[in-house]
Amino acid sequence: MASAQRVWVSHRTRDSFWRLLGYLGLVLIIVVVGAPIFWMLTGSIKTNQEIYTFPPIWWPEDPVWENYKTAWNAAPFDRFYLNTLITTVGGVGLELLNATLSAYALVFLRFPKKNLIFILLLAALMIPTQVTILPNYITLSDFFGQSWINTYQGIILPGASTAFGTFLLRQAFLSLPHEVLDAAKVDGCGHLRLLWDVVLPMARPVLVTFGLISLVAKWNDYLWPLVVTNQDRMRTLAVGISYLYNPETITRWGPVMAATFFVIAPLIAIYIWAQRHIIEGITAGATKG
Amino acid sequence: MLGEEMQSGSTVPLVAGERAGATVRGATRAKPRKWPLREWLLFLLFIGPNVILFGIFSYWPMIYSAYLSTRRWDMISPVKVDVGLDNYRYLLSDDTFQKVLWNSLYFAVGAVGGSLILGLAAALLLNQRLRGRDGARAVIFMPTLLSGAAIGIVWAYIFDPRYGLLRTVLNVFRIPSPDWLGDPTWAMPAVIIVYIWKNVGFTTVIYLAGLQAIPRDLYEAARVDGAGPFWRFRSVTLPMLSPITFFLVVTSILSSFQAFDIINVMTRGGPVDATNNLIYYVYQQGFVAFNAGRAAAASIVLFVAMLIVTLLQLRYSERRVHYG
Repeated sequence: MASAQRVWVSHRTRDSFWRLLGYLGLVLIIVVVGAPIFWMLTGSIKTNQEIYTFPPIWWPEDPVWENYKTAWNAAPFDRFYLNTLITTVGGVGLELLNATLSAYALVFLRFPKKNLIFILLLAALMIPTQVTILPNYITLSDFFGQSWINTYQGIILPGASTAFGTFLLRQAFLSLPHEVLDAAKVDGCGHLRLLWDVVLPMARPVLVTFGLISLVAKWNDYLWPLVVTNQDRMRTLAVGISYLYNPETITRWGPVMAATFFVIAPLIAIYIWAQRHIIEGITAGATKG
Repeated sequence: MLGEEMQSGSTVPLVAGERAGATVRGATRAKPRKWPLREWLLFLLFIGPNVILFGIFSYWPMIYSAYLSTRRWDMISPVKVDVGLDNYRYLLSDDTFQKVLWNSLYFAVGAVGGSLILGLAAALLLNQRLRGRDGARAVIFMPTLLSGAAIGIVWAYIFDPRYGLLRTVLNVFRIPSPDWLGDPTWAMPAVIIVYIWKNVGFTTVIYLAGLQAIPRDLYEAARVDGAGPFWRFRSVTLPMLSPITFFLVVTSILSSFQAFDIINVMTRGGPVDATNNLIYYVYQQGFVAFNAGRAAAASIVLFVAMLIVTLLQLRYSERRVHYG
């Protein structure tokens, strides 16, 4: 009896030891991921003196909100926001349109050898950006007699097609319940009606997920917008911000940290709002793929 | 005709039965229609833009890069001089390019190894029944959504050898801070740390999904066989996760080859080419040195490297399917 009780007790203490270790691990994760964000946020409201002090000041005595104003005036951030908004909305919209229509065609429409076309789309995934940037720059600098350098369509168009989205939506359309689709067809539903009234509402979670993944990618896209624009007024946020920091000169960290906040704040807001959708969507996309 | 199809589709319902022949999952129970031309045209209309865009902006660039890799061209002059394989020969003999290849490998091993090990550790932790684990999962995933350019700048401030956050942390352990971004030895570890910080949430979330898919009875069986926690991890968890590990290794290697924003912002490939990787080299040769031929040749080298990784994956996954 006594020994059994001792075993039970030691189990309990061992259990709570691991439990404690587990919670320490959770705290560690939150600190390691959160510290850079904390550093950025506090840095954005510190004075120069407070920044150039060691050991560091964790919370500024008197928050310098002017840093945000200085940052906003250091570069045409209103243009950067507008440009990013236009290229993101345009890019996400076109990707969603292309993915939906292509997936619908591949699943619900007959066409000879349509699987070959699907493979042709998927094969494009193997061609990396760095092979395409130089030729695409050359193509767009004289696109049917016009230069598309420093234009919205130049930033958007090379990223308007999607193989990943087509794949994701094709899988989703294939798993829609038979009966509903058949019933719609018996009711004499045409293809556009079927797509708009039946397929899209049922596939909404996947559409939202893909839309969010696409939104994050477009908002943060860096290499292509950097290459295809060379004027301040056409820069996107991600590209524009990188000109505020130069490793070879002394940086005024306060306003620069405020400026990085301009770039990441909208995405953090979206993430807080749609966190579950994004994580589950990315998990599903990756594990099914 | 197409317009008619679209109109009839969106407003007037078609005659019942006519559409019933359309195949779902290749089901061919209804009578095949004699005249599927309208459906073919609709198919082309739906999928055409996607295919055409890929043609212009993915397939054509591939061909054009292969062509440019045999030329010498400054991207301005009307003449593209045929130099045969000189660009490739140049790359093979160029010390900088060899360093670039080495850097890409270094970066891939460090970034992929780091995010896999830390990601698995975090996933194992988040798989325990702990209060607040969903919150921690949300937190660890967040950096994957943030702009690499912005994150790079924030970390440049953290790495500041005199006033940075990392100096404070190292100071606790009485370790002097290296001049992270200014020292050729430490610049690469620095960008790898940032890359891991930004991407470990992805491997964590994928591993977590994998852990949750492992059947409980396997653990029960191992427990009955007397396996302790460590042995259960070795004999159940790791083998069951191996397809996911493989998937993560491949996708992470491929994306590590494309790491550009962090490097361009934090180090511009320096100091002394210490962080100059393949994609940075392509950018540098093409858009800074205006040497289209060399940039194209380097991009083809990168493409071949990524193709090998992808083909290895295809081969392996096929084997897995066949031999269980």
